[in-house]
Amino acid sequence: MDEEKPLTIEQFYKFIGEKRLMAVRCEGCGALFIPPRTICNRCLSKDLEWVEVKNRGKLITYTVIYVPPVQFQSMAPYAYGIIQLEDGPRIPGMIRNVEPGDIEIGMELIVDFEEEKDGEQEQQGRQGWPRWPRYFFRPP
Amino acid sequence: MAKPLASIVSAGLSKFGKREGVSGRELFVEAFKEAMERCPSLDPRKDIQALIIGQMSESFEHQCHIAPITSDWAGLLPTPAVRTEVACASSAAAIRYGVLAVMSGVYDVVLVGGVEKMTNRTTPEATEYLGMAADFPMEQWNGVTFPGLFALMATAHMHKYGTTEEQMALIAVKNHHNATLNPKAHMRKEVTVEQVLNSRMIAWPLKLFDCSLISDGAACAVITRPELARKFTDTPIQIIGSGHGSDTIGLYEREDLTSLMAVYRAASEAYKMAGVEPSDIDVAEVHDCFTIAEIMAYEALGFCKPGEGGRLIEDGVTTLDGSLPVNPSGGLKAKGHPIGATGAAQLYEIYLQLIGEAGDRQVDGCEVGLTQNLGGSGASCLIHIYRRD
Ligand SMILES: [Zn+2]
Repeated sequence: MDEEKPLTIEQFYKFIGEKRLMAVRCEGCGALFIPPRTICNRCLSKDLEWVEVKNRGKLITYTVIYVPPVQFQSMAPYAYGIIQLEDGPRIPGMIRNVEPGDIEIGMELIVDFEEEKDGEQEQQGRQGWPRWPRYFFRPP
Repeated sequence: MAKPLASIVSAGLSKFGKREGVSGRELFVEAFKEAMERCPSLDPRKDIQALIIGQMSESFEHQCHIAPITSDWAGLLPTPAVRTEVACASSAAAIRYGVLAVMSGVYDVVLVGGVEKMTNRTTPEATEYLGMAADFPMEQWNGVTFPGLFALMATAHMHKYGTTEEQMALIAVKNHHNATLNPKAHMRKEVTVEQVLNSRMIAWPLKLFDCSLISDGAACAVITRPELARKFTDTPIQIIGSGHGSDTIGLYEREDLTSLMAVYRAASEAYKMAGVEPSDIDVAEVHDCFTIAEIMAYEALGFCKPGEGGRLIEDGVTTLDGSLPVNPSGGLKAKGHPIGATGAAQLYEIYLQLIGEAGDRQVDGCEVGLTQNLGGSGASCLIHIYRRD
């Protein structure tokens, strides 16, 4: 069924709305990509397909943002980092449910999914932005 | 050293700063007038055959299509004009494509430059517009800012190499000092390491004084084929190398967060073309949008080994009286960072240095200079190498 879903960023966020973290795998070289692409940037294969990846990873680097863009003003300060998923790809996102002082490079984080209701509230003030569901990182 | 690709016969720079009530096109004309005054033998409408101008964002002034506007306001119509955009490296791209245009033989003389009007907007608005140079679906969507992206690199650099907040602060101290010697700089004020460390947090570990300024400004230069340069000036400056590197828009997709691969790629092309080594550079203007960016630039430009950028500033190598002065103008940090003007403003400073007109901040006896202009969090980089004729 997933094979028929388009390899688009829009579809990636539809999966996020279903609480599934999905990557695309290159059938040519095995590379995994988040968000999806339709040409592998390593081997140039055009044969890619959706695969579900484990929602666990390790923190590669992080920051705490005190001066946010207009759309995120009510949330500041917030922690933001890049995690390396157990299955390989790296993704960026907000780190929640942990004090900034307790954040450390190398710590284990899981990818969690916002409830749709929260997402809708957050959309206020984001004129012209897509209405995508959200993921975030938190300690297991 | 290689033979020149093109020659700079004049250059101009507007005063940088909060230029209340002055619009982008007017700033560009201010820079243009200086370039014309410096080069009386140039007949602008007759000699200038094309205008290539960098600008990052039309959001600040709600004004797209800046190229023909600046051609018109400079009195150059019907001279054709085009805008280049690679985020913060927009006007270095104008320089590169101006060089390629004269090398192609299509044009003899091209005006290149850049402009950005920014201070008419609030800080959150400016933060949002600048953030547009980051990836939308994964980075902007999750709330990152530009200081945030460079903070991610700073954290990784500190973790891998032991680079310290004090070393980053020293970059700010140096560049603020240099700006006190530059009458066109936005902020002509010394800062101390303590002031930098105690300034307001923007994106940990980067504080207010680790960040460049939101400024208004414009810069331009007249470039021509080397064999025509002496028709216009006795002191042409030769562009001998040009390099352009790209990388992923998403910082998260890069294998090593402590190295800017686009800078390595651009540097390798520019050094090879110019036939020079990093050790041949006498003076450089590098992209210090954040203090960590200057440290990472040292490493990618080969001024030191990877991981040793913090030591280089600590040892005073890049101060005005060091062996390799970097950002004598005050850099983006203190001279100011009107995004689309920055690359051309870097060229302007190296031009002044090489013709010996840099006043109180003159680097004595410099013959070879370099400019490094970074786009976004490093998806683009353009580097140029110059020498005295
Ligand atoms: Zn592949």
